[in-house]
Amino acid sequence: MLPYLLRRLAFLVVSLVVAMIVIFVLLRLLPGDPANALLSVDATPEQIAAAQAQVGSDQPLAQQFFTWAGQMLRFDLGDSYISTLPVAPEIASRLLITLPLTLLAFALALVISVIVGITAAVKSDRWYGSVLSGFSQLGIAVPVFWVGIILVWIFALGLGILPSGGFPRDDWEDPTEALRALILPVITIALVMSASLARYVRAATLDVLGSDYLRTARAGGSGLGEALLRHGVRNGAVPVVAILGIELSTTLLGAVVVESVFSLPGLGSMLLTGIEQHDFANIQGVLVVSTLFVLLVGFVADIGQRLIDPRLRGSVAGNR
Amino acid sequence: MRSPFALVAAIAVSALVLVGCSPSGGEMVEEDSSIYIGSLYEPQNLSNTQGGGQGVTEAFNGNVYEGLYRLTDDGEVEPLLATDAEKSEDGLTYTITLRDDVTFHSGKALTSADVKASVEAVTAEDSQSARASAFAVISGIETPDETTVVFTLSEPSISFLYNLAYIWIVNGEATDLTTTEDGTGPYTLDEWKQGSTLTLTRWDDYWGEAAKNGEVVFNYYTDATAQNNALLTGEIDLITSIQSPDALEQFDDDSYTISEGTSTTKELLAFNDRVAPFNDPLVRKAIYSAIDTKKLLNSIWADYGTLIGSMVPPTDPWYEDLTDVNPYDVDLAKQQLAEAGLPDGFEFTLDTPSYDPHPAVAEFLQSQLAEVGITVNINTISADEWYTKVFQERDFEATLQEHVNDRDVVWYGNPDFYWGYDNADVQQWVAEAEQAATPEAQTELLKKVNQQIAEDAASVWLYLYPQIVVASADVTGYPVNGLNSQFFAYDIVKS
Repeated sequence: MLPYLLRRLAFLVVSLVVAMIVIFVLLRLLPGDPANALLSVDATPEQIAAAQAQVGSDQPLAQQFFTWAGQMLRFDLGDSYISTLPVAPEIASRLLITLPLTLLAFALALVISVIVGITAAVKSDRWYGSVLSGFSQLGIAVPVFWVGIILVWIFALGLGILPSGGFPRDDWEDPTEALRALILPVITIALVMSASLARYVRAATLDVLGSDYLRTARAGGSGLGEALLRHGVRNGAVPVVAILGIELSTTLLGAVVVESVFSLPGLGSMLLTGIEQHDFANIQGVLVVSTLFVLLVGFVADIGQRLIDPRLRGSVAGNR
Repeated sequence: MRSPFALVAAIAVSALVLVGCSPSGGEMVEEDSSIYIGSLYEPQNLSNTQGGGQGVTEAFNGNVYEGLYRLTDDGEVEPLLATDAEKSEDGLTYTITLRDDVTFHSGKALTSADVKASVEAVTAEDSQSARASAFAVISGIETPDETTVVFTLSEPSISFLYNLAYIWIVNGEATDLTTTEDGTGPYTLDEWKQGSTLTLTRWDDYWGEAAKNGEVVFNYYTDATAQNNALLTGEIDLITSIQSPDALEQFDDDSYTISEGTSTTKELLAFNDRVAPFNDPLVRKAIYSAIDTKKLLNSIWADYGTLIGSMVPPTDPWYEDLTDVNPYDVDLAKQQLAEAGLPDGFEFTLDTPSYDPHPAVAEFLQSQLAEVGITVNINTISADEWYTKVFQERDFEATLQEHVNDRDVVWYGNPDFYWGYDNADVQQWVAEAEQAATPEAQTELLKKVNQQIAEDAASVWLYLYPQIVVASADVTGYPVNGLNSQFFAYDIVKS
């Protein structure tokens, strides 16, 4: 296990460095100049030059990269080009919204998808089993912002029981208010996400149901529920855990869209504003942090798979 | 009201309601209330000389920072931190006296040194202020005593005091004005939560009349629908500037007030007047006459907005109605094209910023110009790309852009500006107007400029944006005109 762990960790670091280079280069390929966000339609040539000096876009590319990489080694993400505020504390405060949003949505999606997926598999011969399968098909087809708009329409504009968007000014000082602000966004992401997750759970459950060991267990006198719990869960969990890693990362991406629909000042809205203003420092900061998040989730999922399935522990090769 | 009893009861109730009101007869006003304002324009940073943008003007101008002069919501210039200004005979020296009872939020007293530092920040080399070029005429600033500032100009500048209204007087000793503030206005900055809210708190040591509310919270949205929903659910009290007439339907009842004020924002089809065929005024006039601007305005803004025939909005002193100079007349357009040697039309690329309303305007122009044989290729670019490609490199044939400031017709006097309109008479009139001895002489000269640029169709001035504020009916005292994006919040009250 230890050699695997080290290899996996090295892979993570290399991936991060490669991602940094790709992020940096791709941003510089965008047409335009970060200095432009500072200009007005009556800017003079001197003002344009001054703006470029202020954001550093008049420096050679290599120098810009090494300045940034040097800062990263000191765990410093630099200052925003436009607002001049340091990037790292800003990301930290945005994570106070995006992380709870992502994790709560993920947890809720997990609960829904396990219930729906297993029921749809075990009761595939009943009408509600088919309905649940249909539900997950529908969920995949629906765009996430649309679900958000419908929920706002019903619960905020129609019934008036939940806020239509925004987050309390004092963040989590009043946890009830903060949670109220997150209810609709969490449900929005969870509904869409559970639809696709439920299909994996259903497929995994069907595999388990058709397996020899389950038939043997049932022949030995166990009921279906008991057999599934004692033998099925662990076996069915292996493919699902691998998918979970990917899905959790997708949730983070979903948060970008949902934050915009609900005006939540999270990481996603920081990224969108950054792109609009060409604020490279902010965009790079958000992308590096979210890349790190995705890599860590993949790391944990791989380790988790090996803990569940002893057969994988022997294999050193591969990252999956 | 069929039974007499009901009538009597109704009168009694009305009387009770009247008694319950304040002596002035208005409704009960909530003291120290918090006013929640929705806006799509979040500041980029907190300095208007370092690229804070439209958002910081909206939130801070007159609220947190004050100038020597103030441009009122009606477009009048009146003294604010200045008490008196004396202009020398030759128009080259302005001696301005300051109020002596003003302190900054940090507690420091306002002195002439702060005024000097504030103006120098605007004219500094690294300044991003839109007024930097207007103040290039300043050749010296003297501070003979704590309350006197003497400006020496290299040539007369009749707009000098007007331009001063745009300069925020900041504490000259403050070190960080992009993320903090130190002004003299009726509010202090409580907190700026990026991406979400900016909170202003009433400042008790303000020199003038205290703000009528206790706190103003600007809520920033990236999505107009989310902003409308927030007003519908009561999370905000008003929206500073509605960007689509479709949104207004949902506010069409007694719970909301919709106000249309005058804006100074003009939608332009700007040609690159340097390149063929747009270097020929006839071609530009043909395009102008081929466009039904009335129909365009209606399709974008329904019944709101105003048609203009030149760069000048009705609130500028030198406005006159020039909408007939280039009338909508397809036959005339065809005739002008033929005269210009292009009877079969031609093809050009229209660089179109990707945000509203430009893409819709571009499609409208495309279909209208097709009728006179002109093919428009729409090239959608980001706002950022626009600055590089169009504004700096002048690598374009024609483009769409909104120009927000008042009194900006003078840009047609600069042949180096991005649209490249080059007319020696216009340049001379613009220069003379600025050096005019009286406002009347200035107005006269700038009217000549308007007429000439309209006659030459230097650009096509498609329409003037409406300025629409929607507010909850229990809120009053907000400004309705969006002059240069400012939004004075100190008189807003909730009842």
